[in-house]
Formats: sequence, C-alpha cells, structure tokens
Amino acid sequence: MSAAQAATDEVLIARIASGDRLAMQVFYGRHHVRVYRFALRLVRNEQVAEDLISDVFLDVWRQAGRFEGRSAVSTWLLAITRFKALSGLRRRKDAELDDETAASIEDTSDDPEVTMQKKDTGEALRACLGALSQEHREIVDLVYYHEKSVEEVAGIVGIPENTVKTRLFYARKKLAELLKTAGIERGWP
Amino acid sequence: MTASQNQGPGDEPDAISALLPWYANGTLNAHDTRRVEEALSRDAALAAELAAIREEAAETIHLNETLGAPSSRAMNKLFAAIDAEPVRRAPVSLSARIAAFVAGLSPRALTTAAAAVAVVLVLQAAVIGKVLVEQYGASGYQTASYQAPKAVAGMAALVRFAPEASASDITDLLASYHATIVDGPKAGLFRIVVGDKPLSNDEREKLIARLQSEKIVGFAASAE
Repeated sequence: MSAAQAATDEVLIARIASGDRLAMQVFYGRHHVRVYRFALRLVRNEQVAEDLISDVFLDVWRQAGRFEGRSAVSTWLLAITRFKALSGLRRRKDAELDDETAASIEDTSDDPEVTMQKKDTGEALRACLGALSQEHREIVDLVYYHEKSVEEVAGIVGIPENTVKTRLFYARKKLAELLKTAGIERGWP
Repeated sequence: MTASQNQGPGDEPDAISALLPWYANGTLNAHDTRRVEEALSRDAALAAELAAIREEAAETIHLNETLGAPSSRAMNKLFAAIDAEPVRRAPVSLSARIAAFVAGLSPRALTTAAAAVAVVLVLQAAVIGKVLVEQYGASGYQTASYQAPKAVAGMAALVRFAPEASASDITDLLASYHATIVDGPKAGLFRIVVGDKPLSNDEREKLIARLQSEKIVGFAASAE
C-alpha cells in the first residue's frame, strides 16, 4: 500500500471516529475483499467469513477513535479479523485447532493426489496451500498475499519476530512435503 | 538440487534463508536487502530457494484471488448494525460551535446582535478611556518606560557644559554641588536641581556665579 493511501486510511479512520457514515462506506469498499479472503482462509466457510467481516468492520466503527496509528490500518484490520476468527473457531465444538483437524476440514481445492494426476505444479501448489494447518496458512497468506513485513506479522499474530521467520520456514517445509507426496519434487528443502 | 546450504544445524533456517520470503515481498529494510543480495550472488542454492518462494507466492496470490468477494449481505448487515448504533456526535471546536450558532440566527436577529455588540464595544472604549484619563491625566501619550520628573525641592538651574567636558568631569561637578540633571539637553542646556531645599535670592545668585566660574560650565542661569 502506498504512503499516500496509508495517510488517507488514517484520515478515513479519523472521520469514522467522528461518526461519518460515508467515510465508513469508502473504508469498507477499500478493504472488505482482502479482509474477507483472510477471514475465509481462516474459517473456511463463506457465510461465517461474511458474518465475521461485518463484525470486524462494526468494531472499526466503534473503535476508530482508539486507533493510535502505531501500525498500518490494514495491519490493524487483519489483527482484528484474526482475533475474531480464532475466537469464533474456539467456540465451535467441532473445530479443534490442531493440524490434524484443520487439515481434515473440507477444502474446495482438489486434494494433492488428485492434483498430481493433473500434472500441474501450480494447481498442486494451490491444493497443498489449502491443506496447510491454520497456523501455517495464515502466515503464508500474510507474507505472500497481504505483503506484510516480519514486524507486521509479529504484531498481527502476536508472536516474536524470530518465531515469525521460523514458522514460515516450517510452513514452507510442510508445503514441500505435501508436494512430494503429490509426486512433485522441487528440490527444496 | 541437493539440500540447501542455507539450512543450519537441526534443520533450522539460517538467517539469510529465513529472510528470503520478505526479500521476495519487498518489505525488507535496506540493510537486510543488501545482505540477501550479497548472499544470492554467491550461493546458487539460495537463488533456487528464492525461485521456489516466488512460485509459492504467485500461487498463494492466485489462490486468494480465486476466493471471490463477499456478497452484499455482509455490507447490508454491517450498515444495519451501524444504523442501530447510538448516534455519535463529533467533537466540535469552539470556533465551529460559534460559527454554527451565528449561522442559525435569522437576519433580523443577526442585525440586532450586531448592533448590541457595537454598543458594547463603544461602552467598553468609553470605560477604558475614562480609566486611562483618571490614571494618567490628560498629558497625552507616554511610553511605558517614561517616568515623570520628581518634584525636587532644591534650586533649579539651566546649565550648558563646555564642549571639552568629559562625562566624569560632569559627574564630579554634579556630585560636588549635590545636583541632579532632571531634564535636557534642550538646545544644549541641561536643567539641574541643586540641593534639596529652597534657597534665598542671595544664595541663588551666589550659587549661579559659582557655577559660572567652573571651567567645564559654559553657561549657568537660575530657573523656575
């Protein structure tokens, strides 16, 4: 995100803090798709993700006056989204957050074996990305899709910066293992 | 490719390898970017790892982009919830409140208010003027540092000092006569007061004659 857009985000937040509904519409239009996709990758249910983003942006409406500008607005939004998504998942009896259960949750992508038959590395990669645990999925998304720095990921996930680096390393390693199982050898690690 | 040279003992990533994803997404600072680029230029395995990371990043973006967007249901739900929230009043500055108050007045009320303000201003000016006249009299403008000459009881005289008189000569002379300069110079003349009590005419003439005889005094005369 450009510095100019970041500045405008802060102006919008200030206007939202004063009860400006139009500023809220502009802000929602600017960020809702990315927030939805981040939420959907965490909760894996479109309805739940939609409810979640309504809740996230309602929090923005209520809490805008407390935004201190210590992080980018988009980073703040993703942190709220993550907190709400994980809180919601914890409340669901059938959604334990260990790798095994997370991997067993139905995914819209093909599984790696099916993809192997398609002989398409890109598709296989996407299938394997879908099969990662919630913990690994979120860090991959935050770095590769949301383009967050080490410091920003640490702030969103609430872990030390060194843990951010090692967690992504292990996410990538897991991805390579899944690809290998699907018959795709990339030579790393 | 063999196992990357960039993995440390215990299968932990080394520092440079761990930075590669952020090098790929362009969020590393200048110092770390330089470190990564130097390592990439001499390590083919690291360069291959970076290529793998770029492939992962591209597919992650592709995957996210295919997730679509939320339906209008999410927005409708949000704004219905916002509309149900208590109305929030923006913090308004004093000047904005005054402006809003003035804007709300009818032209007739505004005219009346302006006239009332004008009357108040005139009354205020009159009160201030009266206070100043009482305090300082009608002597006109005075600077803040101005001090009116104190009324001195001694004999007043006008004196012109000789051009060659130095400041210390004048100071010594004034000291020897118990005199003080109270005004001047005006046309080269200083008004001095000698002593602290009135003198008889005889005493005044003698004092003037004595002053006239001083080497540094060019002219001396009694003054009222």
